[in-house]
Amino acid sequence: MADWMGLSGRALLAGVLSASLTAGAAFAQEGEPIKVGILHSLSGTMAISETTLKDTMLFLIEKQNAAGGLLGRPLEPVTVDIASDWPLAAELARRLIEVDKVDVVFGCWTSVCRKSVLPVFEELNGLLFYPVQYEGEESQRNVFYTGASPNQQAIPAVDYLMNEEGVERWVLAGTDYVYPQTTNLILERYLKDKGVAAEDILINYTPFGHSDWQTIVSDIVAFGSTGRKTAVVSTINGDANVPFYRELANQGVKAEDIPVVAFSVGEEELSGFDTAPLVGHLAAWNYFMSVDTPENAAFIADWRAFIKDDKRVTNDPMEAHYIGFNLWAKAVEAAGTTDADAVIGAIVGLETPNLTGGVATMLPNHHITKPVLIGEIQDDGQFFVVSETPDLVPGDAWSDFLPGSKDLEADWTDPVNCGNFNTVTKVCGAAAP
Amino acid sequence: MRGFARFPGACGFARSLRALAAFLLLFVLAFGLRTAQAQEPAGEAAPAFAEAAPQDLAGIVAGMRDADLSGLRASVGALGALGEVEALPVLQALAAGTLNQSASGAMAIRIGPDRFVEAATGEPLEAASLGALKALRINNALRRDIAAVIGGLTLRNEDPAVRRSAAAQMFASPDPANLPLLEEALAGEEDSRVRRLMEQARAAILLRGGSASAEEITQAAGILAARGDRASLGLLNGALASAPEAARPALQEAVAKVRNRLAYWGIGQNVWSGISLGSVLLLAAIGLAITFGVMGVINMAHGEMVMIGAYVTFVVQNLVRTHHPGLFDVSLAIAVPAAFLVTGLVGVAIERGIIRWLYGRPLETLLATWGLSLIIQQGVRSIFGATNQNVGNPSWMSGAFELGGLTITWNRLWILVFALAVFALLLVVLNRTFFGLQMRAVTQNRRMASAMGVRTPWVDALTFGLGSGVAGLAGVALSQIDNVSPNLGQGYIIDSFMVVVFGGVGNLWGALVGAMTLGIANKFLEPYWGAVLAKIAILVFIILFIQYRPRGLFALKGRAAEA
Amino acid sequence: MIAGGLFNRLGSRALWVAGILLAIAVLAPLSNLALPEGHALRLPNHMMPLLGKYLTYATLALALDLVWGYCGILSLGHAAFFALGGYAMGMHLMRQIGPYGVYANPVLPDFMVFLGWKELPWYWLGFDQFWFAALTTMFAPGLLAFLFGWLAFKSRVTGVYLSIITQAMTYALMLAFFRNDMGFGGNNGLTGFREILGRPIAAPETRAALFSASAILLALCFLLCSLIVRSKLGKLMIAVRDAESRARFLGYRADHVKLFVFTLSAMMAGLAGALHTPQVGIINPGAFDPGASIEVVIWAAVGGRGTLIGPILGAGLVSAGKSWFTTSFPEIWLFLLGGLFVFVTLFMPRGILGVFASLRAGWAARRASARKQAGVDPDPEPSEPESAPVLREAAP
Repeated sequence: MADWMGLSGRALLAGVLSASLTAGAAFAQEGEPIKVGILHSLSGTMAISETTLKDTMLFLIEKQNAAGGLLGRPLEPVTVDIASDWPLAAELARRLIEVDKVDVVFGCWTSVCRKSVLPVFEELNGLLFYPVQYEGEESQRNVFYTGASPNQQAIPAVDYLMNEEGVERWVLAGTDYVYPQTTNLILERYLKDKGVAAEDILINYTPFGHSDWQTIVSDIVAFGSTGRKTAVVSTINGDANVPFYRELANQGVKAEDIPVVAFSVGEEELSGFDTAPLVGHLAAWNYFMSVDTPENAAFIADWRAFIKDDKRVTNDPMEAHYIGFNLWAKAVEAAGTTDADAVIGAIVGLETPNLTGGVATMLPNHHITKPVLIGEIQDDGQFFVVSETPDLVPGDAWSDFLPGSKDLEADWTDPVNCGNFNTVTKVCGAAAP
Repeated sequence: MRGFARFPGACGFARSLRALAAFLLLFVLAFGLRTAQAQEPAGEAAPAFAEAAPQDLAGIVAGMRDADLSGLRASVGALGALGEVEALPVLQALAAGTLNQSASGAMAIRIGPDRFVEAATGEPLEAASLGALKALRINNALRRDIAAVIGGLTLRNEDPAVRRSAAAQMFASPDPANLPLLEEALAGEEDSRVRRLMEQARAAILLRGGSASAEEITQAAGILAARGDRASLGLLNGALASAPEAARPALQEAVAKVRNRLAYWGIGQNVWSGISLGSVLLLAAIGLAITFGVMGVINMAHGEMVMIGAYVTFVVQNLVRTHHPGLFDVSLAIAVPAAFLVTGLVGVAIERGIIRWLYGRPLETLLATWGLSLIIQQGVRSIFGATNQNVGNPSWMSGAFELGGLTITWNRLWILVFALAVFALLLVVLNRTFFGLQMRAVTQNRRMASAMGVRTPWVDALTFGLGSGVAGLAGVALSQIDNVSPNLGQGYIIDSFMVVVFGGVGNLWGALVGAMTLGIANKFLEPYWGAVLAKIAILVFIILFIQYRPRGLFALKGRAAEA
Repeated sequence: MIAGGLFNRLGSRALWVAGILLAIAVLAPLSNLALPEGHALRLPNHMMPLLGKYLTYATLALALDLVWGYCGILSLGHAAFFALGGYAMGMHLMRQIGPYGVYANPVLPDFMVFLGWKELPWYWLGFDQFWFAALTTMFAPGLLAFLFGWLAFKSRVTGVYLSIITQAMTYALMLAFFRNDMGFGGNNGLTGFREILGRPIAAPETRAALFSASAILLALCFLLCSLIVRSKLGKLMIAVRDAESRARFLGYRADHVKLFVFTLSAMMAGLAGALHTPQVGIINPGAFDPGASIEVVIWAAVGGRGTLIGPILGAGLVSAGKSWFTTSFPEIWLFLLGGLFVFVTLFMPRGILGVFASLRAGWAARRASARKQAGVDPDPEPSEPESAPVLREAAP
């Protein structure tokens, strides 16, 4: 009897596993669809942001198919749900590449997701397009960073506040994780280099999903009542923003007095609350839905038709996917194949128009060029662009304002071919014995 | 699990209820009349405008067409040189974003849906004739300029309220260029409240200007010390550096005085924040105190009931917005019974469908309801989408008022009132109604109650429905301060369990005291340790406290406790 | 503490299960490494870390079931012990990266370099040694469990109170590990591992070795648990589970029994976590999430608690189901998973093994009608004291 029990358990286990195996098995043939993996959280805490990106990818793939596919082959999306569970993200990334044999993956939002799947892409030589602004300090051969690095978002925003609003005192408020920590370290060094005294910088961290902002908003008001112009640089993560802005509005923190500039609040987040009391607070992105260009108008119209909701907004990470997808498609066409090495070789230097009237170029460090836009929140949940960098800003993988990384450089073209090349010792960091 | 509900005796209860009601009434009466939003932050000095050649209104307004931000800034300066009656409507429209340039060439101010007037003349315009409209957008710097200009223009307005806000604006952006204007207005001012504000504004300008005499500064310091808020402290501190030697002692004394006052009120503010956090915890936990505390059901889907309540609010508000926009301010009042009913019915359905098969196996309810919570979350995500939904604050729940040195936001005040009201109502239901009697009977001795003719299955279902309905009420309140997203409930479930366990299972008073204690303790730790460590400290405290009192704060005594 | 001579008590079933696990430990890696690509019996590469992960989950579920199914302690914080073990191993793996990190710092992990840390915090010392890390994976969770249990069981915190404070414990740990200032990498946790014991961590041989280690660990834990539940200590555990007060009145130190089992279980969980980290390539504070601990409870419940095979089965099935659902039904998988939990609690109160057991009981009853209703408690009335909340349900 005992024997039977053990065997039955094993059989059940094996059954489920083999079912999951056959579900995704496919054999590559000529004319076979090109498979595009979509690795986003559709449940759990990050679903709130990432579900839109999954839809964006489905939208882009549908559009590409309607235009004849790629290399004469149709594109086929393979969607998985990483459920805001990062070990699961690594497992599913492996599955996508090894079992589903996808040719490229678009995915992740958080840094931890990227960090968790990175070894998988390196090991299996896959391609990942990562669409969200992040802390930098990374450049990997198999990953393309289509979101902003700190020099494409944080530093121009601080410059704007300093020059246009005459801000002298700074509150750096963020959620306690690596992106705000790194960004704030960079900003702190940058501000100190600009002559801001240490006591004029207040750094505050809160946990994920923090919902009671009474004390912190009071502290901000207190910090801002010295008679000198104060601003808040917010790297508060998506979910916690709604209660934060609501508390700001209710405690009467007006943009004219203490402006808040955010790096993680876009149109999607603003659609979650009434922005009328928040008019004038700022955000820095590389794309705003309100930017008036023909490309953007067409994108918004197509997107709304696809999602069947004529009020649906667009946001910066969506544009990043748009750019990443187009760059990948161009690279595949240039290489004539979806082979990862060929695409990696072909993609650097390719250009594609972005939605704000500029051009996104894939740089040798696998980041792209972007304009930096500063927008003020309007009462309709949109942004009014008050400042735009005159030129496109190239993404910097390694910050010049961190002691550990100022000598590092990433270049994935020959002869350097290294993600962390030390310009002083002329050695590729990781390869050094 | 038979956590027995032992509520205080009827007599004592009635007394406490009456006290509570009286307190609530007083509270509402005291603050029911809304004071003006009294946040007057310190701003930077508004720039002095270059003296431009005088222009007429029509010319200035025409020049605003297609102007960039610096062009608009110049126009605002020019408008400031005109008289109040002429310039004010244009400035206000520009600030409010209702000034449009039309394809037909007119500059039109929107005064209502599809109703426009010509900006310079004030004559009505035919909406159809205007063509495409584009609102003039302004930025923060311009917004500040406009406010300062309006302040200057309206200092002598005949309405005292307008004069007050003009003086407040002068205080917020003290500009030495406005001093003569202000002194002129002050001389003719008769309303004492406006006078006081104007004097404060004058003091602010004197301190900011840097050219005042020691005597003037001493006097100004006195005025600001009496005002005693943070903005005053900022001005006083700012003046310390440049003030003449003779005025320093007065300034230092004023700074010390304001500091003391702020420190004193800071404690009060912490208490208020704690009470407010406590009221949120209480609302989230009180439904659990019934399902978990009284029935012994570990309902992991409790958070999802809260979430459903918030979504009901969202749906109700949307319906109101589309069908009866005028009723928007009372949409919450409609949402309260709706949320209670919907979540209550969901609760009854859950009890009839799942929980009733699991009585006597309390830990299994945990597993089933956990599965259920996954289903509900995904269901809501499928129906409404994963993104946040927009639930608006009605006007009576927006903004803040000052009470002494306290800043009290209306939404949190109303949530506190609401939490206490729900608590009081629940006490009444449990202790003073026939249903409450049956419920207590069933939870205390199911078989005996059944033998006495109580339909125990119905009582179970209704009790669970009551607990779930109360969770739905919490959802209505939380929709006013937090995200309305499928994850809403997850953020509160653990805190709710902590409150119930800390307060003592099976006792509503435990939930009240537990929520308030944890809320206030959290808010007192937060300024010193930061939000994360404060929360960790509270959790560790609860773990240790449970060692000391294994049955929570309001432990049940006697045989019930051993059960 | 365990009396000698327990080995005779080890039943044949336990030996069979352990034998099968050991066979898997040898055969699965063999099939992966020795058979050529495309062979029908070859386990594909991606299955090795996946199955290895399930094995560590099974060990965790087993550890939980030892305290829950046999001792009546429903821990809603067992994933915390697992995560602590995982972190200890992760710290070792981070130190093993050495100068190969992106900043080429020979001592500091990358996340410390770019956050501007100058030197290694004291609690990272020693983790460059494998033996130290390996001991810590056991003793860090063990120590935490001992302290926690020592407080809680002495104070006679029982039932749901205990469950909720274990939840508070893992929640507090999660918040603490999320803090970047703690020096454990914050939200990103520990990742980017390169080598373990001098071998590249992504090599098939290393994967196979880790898989074998996971299977062997599970087999050893299973044997240990079998020994315990069959010993006098096991009887005492069940007595404490079913009627703690009575056991205490009879002169047994219920708190000592619980403390021992709880600590042992935490150590097993820690070891499982240590093998989990290198196979999934990341450990982050999400592992402390209270939801993760509830999932462990569900594994045990689905498989059948109060048995030792059940949790292993449940962990494997639920995890495999999750892997399958999230790829094949990404939009609706939570309905399936949630529905499964509700279904199991309602219709399979003793889990999958319970279904087999009752089928078998029915079959036996029909064959030997003289022995009617063997082993079934005829009184479904929950009239026992509250301290025996587990396994009190009426037999189906």
